[in-house]
Amino acid sequence: MSSSVSSVSSEEAIVRDKKNMWGGGQSPYGVSWGKLYMWIFLLSDAFTFSGLLIAYGTMRHSHADVWPAANSVFHHFPFIEKEMPLAYVGLMTFILIMSSVTMVLAVEAGHRNSKKEAGIWMILTIIGGFMFLGSQAWEWYHFITGTEHGRVLADGTVFHGANMVMNEYGTTPLFGDFFFFITGFHGFHVFSGVCINIMIFFNVINGVYEKRGHYEQVEKAGLYWHFVDLVWVFVFTFFYLV
Amino acid sequence: MSSNNHEASADHSHDTVGPAARKRLWRVFWLLLGITLFEVGIAFSSIPHDWLIKLFIALTIVKAYYIVFYFMHMKHETTSLAWTLLLPLALLIYFVFMMMNEGNALNWARTIFDMAV
Repeated sequence: MSSSVSSVSSEEAIVRDKKNMWGGGQSPYGVSWGKLYMWIFLLSDAFTFSGLLIAYGTMRHSHADVWPAANSVFHHFPFIEKEMPLAYVGLMTFILIMSSVTMVLAVEAGHRNSKKEAGIWMILTIIGGFMFLGSQAWEWYHFITGTEHGRVLADGTVFHGANMVMNEYGTTPLFGDFFFFITGFHGFHVFSGVCINIMIFFNVINGVYEKRGHYEQVEKAGLYWHFVDLVWVFVFTFFYLV
Repeated sequence: MSSNNHEASADHSHDTVGPAARKRLWRVFWLLLGITLFEVGIAFSSIPHDWLIKLFIALTIVKAYYIVFYFMHMKHETTSLAWTLLLPLALLIYFVFMMMNEGNALNWARTIFDMAV
């Protein structure tokens, strides 16, 4: 039943001699080169995001006295007048975790060579991705346009919202800069993930992987998509919770 | 880490495929959702802020573990692949502590010594 499961890697890992793992003639990692490349790319991407988040942490520490509290900035919720801190990003997290589970179920369906199920789970994952992107657009819109009261500047004028050099939430532009850069970089990852998922979806329903005999491509896209979810878990903690 | 995986990919299929595997994935989903709701809940509790931050970081690492090991199937990869990918991340621990110190020093320079940094 499982003969076609990740056929590339199982071919390579027919005999795994533990004593002579790196002696040649066998695959020490037991994965195909494509999957290994994806893993190593994700490791390097993890370092990129770590660099961004650590830079954010450093600057936040250095401006601890003037850094705005996330609770007081991100408290809007669609159609609700009342302030609801964290509720909206909580919802965004839910959407992304949900689309992560649909993705892993597409991978599972691919292991069983079930074209129909893999297609259904893929389309649900794509919908989840678009929902997240839409949520982020809404969040950015409110961050940029700001509140009605805004912030009164030294010369008496009122400044609303945020741009790269100024924001109404605090006296340092760094808060807005890091918000734009980190959530923007993550959002761009989500966007490319959705594009990849759409391509994979069409390949699934056109029977490309059925003909090939395995659905490993779905797995690779899945690795990327879960990584995007993983990054959001960290952004959620360090930008919104802490 | 990934247990005795010498059979590697040839034999892990029943761990990642089938009704039991699907049930396990949904369990991981509910766990991740539960932890997130818990985090949002305690954000407004009376727990001291220092402890809250430590708790949030610990819970984030728990969530990351479940995403990487269950959703990304690292649990079913060979031990050598898992170590190859996870060990470089240890460098980040040093980087984090170094840069947080740096941030505090910059804050001192700015607020106490009135330097333009």
